[in-house]
Order: sequence, then structure tokens, then C-alpha cells
Amino acid sequence: MMTDTAELYQALIMDRTKQPRFAGRPEAFDAEAEGDNPICGDRVHIYLTHPGHARHVCRGCAIMSASADLMAEAVADKTPDDIAALHRAFDAMVTTGQPDPALGELNALAGVAEYRSRIRCATLPWSALAEALKEPRHG
Amino acid sequence: MKLEGLNLEAIRKDFPILSETVYGKKLVFLDSAASAQKPRAVIDAMVHVMEAQYANVHRGLHFMSERTSDAYEGVRDKVAAFLNAGSRDEIVFTRNATESINLVAFTYGRTALKPGDAIVISEMEHHANIVPWQMLRDAHGVELRVAKITDAGEIDWESLEAQFADGKVKLLAVTHMSNVLGSYTPAERLAAFAHARGAKILLDGSQAVVHRRLDVRAIDADFYVFSGHKLYGPSGIGVLYGKAELLEAMPPFMGGGDMIASVSYERSSWAKPPHRFEAGTPAIIETIGLGAAIDYVEAIGFEAIAAHERDLTDHALALLSSIEGLRILGSAQDRGGVVSFTMAGAHAHDVATLLDRQGIAVRAGMHCAEPLMGRLGVTSTARASFALYTTRDEIDALGAGLRRVQQMFA
Repeated sequence: MMTDTAELYQALIMDRTKQPRFAGRPEAFDAEAEGDNPICGDRVHIYLTHPGHARHVCRGCAIMSASADLMAEAVADKTPDDIAALHRAFDAMVTTGQPDPALGELNALAGVAEYRSRIRCATLPWSALAEALKEPRHG
Repeated sequence: MKLEGLNLEAIRKDFPILSETVYGKKLVFLDSAASAQKPRAVIDAMVHVMEAQYANVHRGLHFMSERTSDAYEGVRDKVAAFLNAGSRDEIVFTRNATESINLVAFTYGRTALKPGDAIVISEMEHHANIVPWQMLRDAHGVELRVAKITDAGEIDWESLEAQFADGKVKLLAVTHMSNVLGSYTPAERLAAFAHARGAKILLDGSQAVVHRRLDVRAIDADFYVFSGHKLYGPSGIGVLYGKAELLEAMPPFMGGGDMIASVSYERSSWAKPPHRFEAGTPAIIETIGLGAAIDYVEAIGFEAIAAHERDLTDHALALLSSIEGLRILGSAQDRGGVVSFTMAGAHAHDVATLLDRQGIAVRAGMHCAEPLMGRLGVTSTARASFALYTTRDEIDALGAGLRRVQQMFA
């Protein structure tokens, strides 16, 4: 009965939702930004301790929380340009549903392409990260 | 399956969409409070207009226009009888309940209300009964006040009394049934309360109109609004009921054809209500569809509909209460077929997506009631809502589906 949904809510997503590795507000940080989805009330706050080190505080669904956590892992030690390239690749992947080898574990979210109303849940942390990176120190 | 006075099997056959499947599964549609499905009679009536009886209304001197005008105006009589209005001229056709409220805010609000007057709404209003009054407040200098609700989801009369204490309140605008909590408000008592304090009352009947027989005169409502699409009719047609003397004194909402008595470049004069408020070619086909929807529910009868929905609601409340970790919002004494809930550990959107893949349609989110979400201490909820075609089996399917979702999030 749940085989269809298991494609989206697979073990990796559920694991990251229940036990995030990069959650919590750091004591010190260089930049921060918030992403809001006014339709559903989801909210994600992204903190950058230095470029490529992101942490998140999520109030929302499993898709957004897992996406934020996988994103924080994926951008570790990357330059802003690399992150921007990942962001573009991620947007394309969740929109088309086509996994991209460059995205590694982020491909776990490819299933959201099937749920049009949920794509924004997956992209919201990335939009917030892009905002945070716009702060001068990270430009 | 068959309940007293209501042949559910036959009713379900009247709604073609109910035999559709989603993801290869039987559609379990529990989102009728957002918009209800349409019976064959409504679909046929609308097709018939376009195929056999269509022209613009109130204009042509030819056969088709006269026939269409008769059909269109006939629905006004139908709505008047449906609401037990005193006169057909008290029925204004709009696009939906939202437009009806905006119409009142824009016309009545800017003329009958003076800067310094106050409007009271409740904590359980849909955005449609909040934002138009905020816009009026900002444009016209009236005050907007909010009366509290109790934790059960009922009007807090002490708070309401306090809002009225200084005598400035001239309008009480309140829901007749909450789209989140399912609570009915005691419309007659609220109207008497407002009138005793020199205020008028507007009731948002978007939810209530679907489930129970209405009598705007027994309530003594000054304004009553609803949308056709929740009443098994099409989208694009709504109703504003207003007492004749109030409508008579109100200026037009929008300008254009059909709403005028005469026009010159220097000045124009306005038609009498209700046409004063119906500028331009109206939603002719949709209005005729609404007429068919009213005929449909009247033929089944509100006594049978109300009994069926009470049974469904009791069943749903009992079933959902038995699921651990599920919190049902609101516990009003008088409640209808709308049940909002949260699931511990799972976000409402995940719940809705996972139910959807089982063929079960519920709504999730803030339900256009963001301030109410804050009052309830939640950011979003899932909501199941019932209609005259809903079955107990569908509610059981919801219960089973929720248990499966819960297993994933455990």
C-alpha cells in the first residue's frame, strides 16, 4: 500500500528528519537567512559559520527538514561558486526527477518531482542558503 | 450503508467524480470543505445552458436572451427561498463569499461606518473575513477588534462583551461555522447580541450553508454570505444576502453595465439593488448551476443531510480520538463535519502527501486561517471534511491511512 510513498519517504529522508546531523543554531555565525513558505507555514533558518559550513533550524515537514540536513552536508567545505552550481543542479533534479551524479545523496529527494506542491519544501533550504551567501562576507 | 432518509448509494452515483481513481486507488475525497464535488444535475444544467439556452442576460430582446434572463433571475428566487429571505431583491450575486465580504466592506463599510467606529471579528475567522476589514481599517480609519474564542473553539462571550463595552462597535463580522474547528456559532444569539448594542451583523456562512437549513430572517442576519462551490455548485458564483434597507442605502461596488439607471458623461445614476451591485455580464452559466445545486440539496433535504453528517462526524471524532498521538483541534458542543488534527512527530503536509498516495484527499496547512493557527499553538493542521456523499467506510479508510503514516514516523 505504501510502496509509492516509500519512494519519496525513503529511509534516508526519514533518518535525516528524525536524526538530523546539522540541526541547531550555532553559538557564533557569520551570516544567516530565513526561508518561509506562507502557504504551509514552513520555515527554515540557515546559519553559516563560515562559507560552506551551514546549520539549520527547521519548523516544517519531513521533506524540508531532510533537504536542509542533506544540503548542509553537501555544501561542507565548498566555495560559494560550487554551492551555487549545486543549487542549480538540485533545482533541476527536483523539478525533473532525474538524479544527477554530481548531487550524491541529495538525489534521495528526486521523488518530490512527482509531488508538484512539495517541490518548494525541498528547495526552500537552498533558497535560504543562497540568501545567506549574499551577505558581503560571503559574496 | 443506507441511513435513514438518505440513500447514500444512489447519491454517490449522482457524483461522477466519485468513481474516479487516483494512483490506481479508489478516490476517498475528504476535502469538501475546501470545495465540494458536483452532482450530475449541476453539470447537466450548465451544459444545457450552453447547448440550448444561452445568450446574455437583461439585454437582448430576443428569445434566447429572455429565456436565459428568466433562468438566471429564477435562481435569485431560488436562493431567496433557500435562505428564507424576505425578498428576491435582497440576493446579490457575486463571485464567491470573499467577494461578498469585500463588497460589504467597500460599500457599507465606507458609508455606514464612520472613522472611529469599530468592527469586531472572532479569533476563528477565515482570511476572507479578516483582510477586507483590515483594508477598510487602513483606508477609512475604523478600528478592527478581535473577540477571543475558548479552547473548545466556541465564542468567548466575556471577551465579546468586553469588545463591545465602549459602544463604538457598529459591525460584528463572524463565521457561522469555522472552516478549521467545525464549530457552529449561535447565529441568532450573536445577532441579538449585536443588535442590542446598536451594531449590525455579517455572518460568513461559507461552511454552514452546506450542512444545515438556513433562515436569515429567523437569525435576523443583516448580511449573510456564501459560495456556490462548497454547496455542490460551480465555482465563480457566490451570494450576498443583505437586508433591503441596508442594500438600498449602499453605493455601488464596481461600475459598469447592468448596475446603472442612466449614464451620461457628467453623471450616472444607479440601479436599485440587487442589480446595483452586479456590474457587467454576470456568471450566467455558474448561477444556473447554483440553482441546480440548490434543487439537488433541497430534494435530499437538510434534515437527512444534517443527520447523515452528524453520524459521520461522531464516527470520525471517535475513531480519530482512538489514535494515539493524534490531537483533534476544538471540542465545540455544536460542531459539524470538519475535523482538523495534528499528528505527533509528523508535519501536516507529510500526513497529507502520504494519505494522498493512498487515494485519500485531505487538506493540510493553515486553511486560510493563519491567526487561528497561532491561537491554537500550531503551525499547520491536517483537515478532513465531510459532505452528503461521504461514507463511514471512507472515514475508516482515513483512520487506517493515518495509522500507516504514524508507523512511518514512529
